[in-house]
Amino acid sequence: MIAVIGLILGIVAGLVLQPTVPTELQPYLPIAVVAALDALFGGFRALLEGIFDDRVFAVSLVFNVLVAAFVVFLGDQLGVGAQLSTGVVVVLGIRIFANAAAIRRQLLGA
Amino acid sequence: MISEPAPTGGVTRPTGPTASWGRLRSAVTARPDRAQVLLAALLFGLGFAVVTQVQQASDLSGLRQSDLVRVLDDVSQRRVRLEGERADLEDTLQGLTSASGREAEARAVADAQRDTYSILAGTSPAVGPGVRMTVIDPDNQVRASILLDAIQELRDAGAEAIQVADVRVVASTTFVQVGNDVQVGGEIVRAPFEILAIGDSSTIDTALRIPGGVYESITRRPTSGTAAELSIVTDDEVLIDAVLPLEEPGFLAPDDQAGP
Repeated sequence: MIAVIGLILGIVAGLVLQPTVPTELQPYLPIAVVAALDALFGGFRALLEGIFDDRVFAVSLVFNVLVAAFVVFLGDQLGVGAQLSTGVVVVLGIRIFANAAAIRRQLLGA
Repeated sequence: MISEPAPTGGVTRPTGPTASWGRLRSAVTARPDRAQVLLAALLFGLGFAVVTQVQQASDLSGLRQSDLVRVLDDVSQRRVRLEGERADLEDTLQGLTSASGREAEARAVADAQRDTYSILAGTSPAVGPGVRMTVIDPDNQVRASILLDAIQELRDAGAEAIQVADVRVVASTTFVQVGNDVQVGGEIVRAPFEILAIGDSSTIDTALRIPGGVYESITRRPTSGTAAELSIVTDDEVLIDAVLPLEEPGFLAPDDQAGP
């Protein structure tokens, strides 16, 4: 419950503060957000399956974000930043869909 | 991709919607502990980042260099296209402006020519300085030939428009003697009548009065009967109001190919 409240508070804070992203972080933020969303769906699915673990979720979320940012950074250094970003988004998108399908199956039985 | 719940180390867990809803309910109603606070903090960061990125994505500052180059290219191409369009439109505008200027000029020239021709052809009234001659001729002494000589004299003296009685005199006007009557342009003219002429009044006056000229030939004492009288008055404003109908040519057509 308190986690959902935290999410809502974060959204509200973002809307109120209107922060500016530093230029160096601009390429990484969208990928990091998608990675975090993937971790979130994965954690929700684990919760419904009864195998949720706070520590695993926290570590996977942070690690996903860092890896995604690192991949994009590497891509930028290699000169294929745009393509690699697209690849990461595609992979994470597929995972999000798979997790969403599992969640749907758990909650609706179909 | 992931269709079945992963096996979890031999411990069988209940699956299916009922168990899932139960877990969801207990998760939502669970008492906050340290781990939950940590999760809340992480999700706070996630929500913050999502909103930030959403707002960031709506302007150019979030784009990569390659995207910016593409946007710049698009803008440049668009600018070139619009400039070409503007040049075309300016050409058109200039063309139209000069065309309308030329048209106005041509119309002014045509108007002036029409005025000249209509006066020469006698199709429009004319007004200007000139002379007013009154012929009093009780015994019809003035023959058509004398009248024609008078008209020729007026023309030689520079008369631009001439009217005899109610008949406009132009190049094709006929003077015919029918018995004692004079027909001018097909109409019988009986004295007393007026001859109006527009032109340099002093020149015309002088020309009419030269010895052996019009004045003398009209007022010459005849062998019998009463001599005709002629009065000549110069006037600053002589109105010639007799007009001829404009006749459309029935046979001829202008030849545009022949040079002027």
